[in-house]
Amino acid sequence: MLSVDLLTAILVATLGAGTPLALAAIGELVSERAGVLNLGVEGMMLVGAAVGFVATAESESMVIGILAGMGAGIGLSLIFAFLTLTCLANQVATGLALTIFGTGTSALIGAGYTGTVLVVRDSFSIPVLSDIPVLGALLFSLEPMTYLSLVIIGGVWFFLFRSRSGLVLRGVGDAPAAAHATGMSVILIRYMAVMFGGAMAGLAGAFLSVIYTPVWVENMTAGRGWIAVALVVFASWQPLRVLAGAYLFGGVTILQFHIQGASLGIPSQFLSMLPYLATIVVLVIMSSDAMRVKLNTPASLAKPFRAEG
Amino acid sequence: MAAIAPLSAALLTVVGGAILFSSLGHNSVDAFRAFFVTPVSDLYGIGELSLKMAPILLCALGLAIGFRGNVWNIGAEGQLIVGAICGGGFALALGKIDGLWVIPAILLTGAIGGMAWASIAAVLRTRFNVNEILVTLMLTYIAGLLLSYLVYGPWRSPTGFNWPVSSDLAASARLPRLIPGTRLNLGIVMSIVFTGCAWLFLARSHLSYRMEVVGLAPRAARYAGFDEHKLVWTSLLIGGAAAGLAGAIEVSGTIGKLREVVSPGYGFAAIIVAYIGRLHPVGIFFASILMALFYVGGEQIKVTLGVPSAITGIFQGMLLFSLLMSDVLINYRLRWYHNRPIATKGNTHAVS
Repeated sequence: MLSVDLLTAILVATLGAGTPLALAAIGELVSERAGVLNLGVEGMMLVGAAVGFVATAESESMVIGILAGMGAGIGLSLIFAFLTLTCLANQVATGLALTIFGTGTSALIGAGYTGTVLVVRDSFSIPVLSDIPVLGALLFSLEPMTYLSLVIIGGVWFFLFRSRSGLVLRGVGDAPAAAHATGMSVILIRYMAVMFGGAMAGLAGAFLSVIYTPVWVENMTAGRGWIAVALVVFASWQPLRVLAGAYLFGGVTILQFHIQGASLGIPSQFLSMLPYLATIVVLVIMSSDAMRVKLNTPASLAKPFRAEG
Repeated sequence: MAAIAPLSAALLTVVGGAILFSSLGHNSVDAFRAFFVTPVSDLYGIGELSLKMAPILLCALGLAIGFRGNVWNIGAEGQLIVGAICGGGFALALGKIDGLWVIPAILLTGAIGGMAWASIAAVLRTRFNVNEILVTLMLTYIAGLLLSYLVYGPWRSPTGFNWPVSSDLAASARLPRLIPGTRLNLGIVMSIVFTGCAWLFLARSHLSYRMEVVGLAPRAARYAGFDEHKLVWTSLLIGGAAAGLAGAIEVSGTIGKLREVVSPGYGFAAIIVAYIGRLHPVGIFFASILMALFYVGGEQIKVTLGVPSAITGIFQGMLLFSLLMSDVLINYRLRWYHNRPIATKGNTHAVS
């Protein structure tokens, strides 16, 4: 039977597995709130993972590695922003190109590093408090990045719904022409939103390769970037719901390992399908009410904007 | 006019590639020759090029029909894998049974498999309003895992030294080769015939006209009473059938058995090919040659210079980036101006 310890371990692992999803999804959420659909999340995550890993291996500093991963994500997002915002290219096609480009680039960057294992530092926990049974482990011994992701998501919620700049960003996503008429620089704001998305995707990728599984494997994100895009739909473009969705998917991933460990005779490939199947199921549930989707989606999502006059 | 942007995109990509090679510390002329010239300088090389071109061309034609109607099937890779599973599985089940019908039946099974896989996305889009981009993509991951399960599990060859491969297909189930001394098989002929069919369909059928109207002007299509659901179904079924056929051709022709990986991303490359070819069969035909060259070049350069073949992916991305950028220069006129003192701020970007 499930012991309390095992249950706690599963919950802690769930929060860890959900963290990269939460980070990538919150970045995409901000970008989509500004009206830009960036389907390059998977590519930006992969390059973030590769650059983060290589930088950590070379500098022997995790902080430098993770910052480098974020920088790489921003760099890639700038390509996307230039093409879609300045050159008015189709956002869907550009995003796909970014993912293909990022997959190739990350494989090239990481090529010399397959098989390298990063020296993992001791696990992190807050003394005394983390010794409290169950709650201590759940609240005070998580990955620092998990705490950071909570702070970021809270920050994004505050920014979007409690600050004037956030109101402007949402305005740019819903009615760019109106925002432009009131003197806002639609393109500049969208650039910044896309760059935030790139930074978060790079951070999520670097977290995966530097901390979560400290090895580099080609295509190691395994569709997490795409699941993050789906999570934004799942969350109806609400930051706090992104967190719920990310932990739900983290839970599905961890559950899959535990079922595998329990050796029930289910082939591992079928268990590995679970996150992708869950994504489809979630999308079906969230999308079937066409009216609700229409009300939640930023009104100008994926529509190019060109300032007139 | 229509060819200017794709041509300049190809040129830009080659220049970008040369810069990339020299930044990796290779002589860019040597690398260029190794990538683009050496692999196709003999008959065998041309055969390899056509071998890779066939599945890319098939997938891209199928996708282009959907893209014209704004149906974003980006899971051709998954439909190709399911086509390989169905065609290959059927061939394995037939064993040594011989007959003229064997190969057509295998290819048909593959095409039906691809159609069935794509129809999942069609049901979800028409019935539950689910975005087909994400669904077709998730289905691609699932198809890959399904194939992996089959070749590690029930279909694993008893004589394969525990490698994750199926038994070899019987000679009667293999596509005949066209030219001795090359690996070229009938697949390329079928893909060229399919190009002709796609051209006929796009240029001459009322159905494809309606699909295009839905893509260009959805509201006009609604007023005209065009059934959007029917168009979504048509797009996805044609795309799935073409990709499934490509998968069956790969298994029955090139590979000759099922293994864990049956395609190095042909289905994704096809998205780019569809764009570079301007969603037109003739353009797609030429674009698929270029894309096939990226693949054989990537393999060649891995052997001769030790550069990872992932460079093919970088080339693919660069190609699409430069096409999208070239489009701007053609669709818009660049006008450099300083901020004029007008009432609105914020229009400081160069494109106007």
